[in-house]
Amino acid sequence: MKKSEVPQDKSALENFTREVCYVKNEDGHYDTELSTGWEAKKVALDEAWKEIERRTLDAREQIKKGLASPILYFMEEKLMDFTVLSGYTGIWKFRIKRHLKPNGFKKLSDSTLKRYADAFEISVDELKNFKA
Amino acid sequence: MSEFIHHQTAHCENGVTMSLLQHHGVDFMTEPLAFGMGSGLFYIHIPFMKVNNGPAISFRTMPGAIFKRTCKALDVKVERKKFKDPKEATRFLDEKIAQGIQVGCQVGVFHLPYFPKEYRFHFNAHNLIVFGKEGDRYLVSDPVMEVTTSLSTEELERVRFAKGALAPKGHIYYPVEIGNITQEQIRRGIEKGIKRNCRDMLKIPGGIAGVKGIVHTSKKIRTWREKLGPRQAGLHLGQIVRMQEEIGTGGGGFRFLYAAFLEEAAVIMQNEQLAKVSETMTKAGDLWRDSALQMSGIYKGRLTEQKDFDACADLLVEISAVEKQAFQELSRIKF
Repeated sequence: MKKSEVPQDKSALENFTREVCYVKNEDGHYDTELSTGWEAKKVALDEAWKEIERRTLDAREQIKKGLASPILYFMEEKLMDFTVLSGYTGIWKFRIKRHLKPNGFKKLSDSTLKRYADAFEISVDELKNFKA
Repeated sequence: MSEFIHHQTAHCENGVTMSLLQHHGVDFMTEPLAFGMGSGLFYIHIPFMKVNNGPAISFRTMPGAIFKRTCKALDVKVERKKFKDPKEATRFLDEKIAQGIQVGCQVGVFHLPYFPKEYRFHFNAHNLIVFGKEGDRYLVSDPVMEVTTSLSTEELERVRFAKGALAPKGHIYYPVEIGNITQEQIRRGIEKGIKRNCRDMLKIPGGIAGVKGIVHTSKKIRTWREKLGPRQAGLHLGQIVRMQEEIGTGGGGFRFLYAAFLEEAAVIMQNEQLAKVSETMTKAGDLWRDSALQMSGIYKGRLTEQKDFDACADLLVEISAVEKQAFQELSRIKF
């Protein structure tokens, strides 16, 4: 990539930072140039976020239908997978899977609920009384 | 000890390596040199594993390896520590800061307040330098940022104890003893870095790593439209483009950064062949950029047919061949 060809498109990095790109200067030698972003990858990031929104909406639907517990919604909202949630709560993955079902969720003690709420950075109340 | 100077780099680990070493008087260290001596370039497509619901692909070597290898090549003694207890980790950090020692810290970016929200995924292999403390705030030199920032005790503790894959566990590291580095050591470090990178790109059996791994991905791409449907297939391609081009890569999946290393190495080693391979590596980077453009056409919804997926896959086959040629030439060079 030539220095003159470095894209300077609008991106989520705006007002935070610009990124270093390695490019060829006019003499054909390597140099660095700062870039504000590249449209091709900006769209990739935007699409990834749309997918996260779609998954949280889908979680809401499942909760409404009585197929899932609020934990599924907050997991999606906080972009967590089982490894991450298990890490923050200290609860084993197979138990988390059980808590994703409405029945498993209903049986949870307040102390377990607290561990989930802390991981999601919400109150126990918000978790317990989540309206999809 | 002298005042700390912040350097912005493309990649965080190169940046931490370069800045810490430069701070200790290794003034010849540059980002490309750290990357090359640490054999930073790689490609792997791990099957049956998902990252953020997409394919698990990496364009660089495993986290931590660049710092470790570059320091080892230059006979720099390194102290590193991990912790169970966050308070203990903070105490240790405070002690080092009080002694005027700048340290590298591994962190997760999900809770990193100075990052844009759009970039805050549960990614735990980010690196930054803590170079001082003012009141309750730690002074932070994050290599991907243009300027230095700061974090409160709680904020720093939280990112140092992020959870999930590659959890940092308070990982802290810094050079403790640096001898007189000779020109001969640098040359040997470069040679070793190149040889190790040739092995990684050409010789790993199994067909998912190195130049063969790129072909593996191309085969997968041909099946995605049929197997996953256009939307999910587009998201998978988007994930490849992000791993390849996002902040931290220097563009073209680290290939331009490696080409810059080969150019520097050509001067240090006084070897014209290295400069030639640098050109080939630049071509690989340019082709990766082309493939990103082609892929973006798909996830933008402008390109929807199987032949468009095949065009991406064909580009990857071409890239694999170019990189194979580059590393075969490198492995034949007698230093």
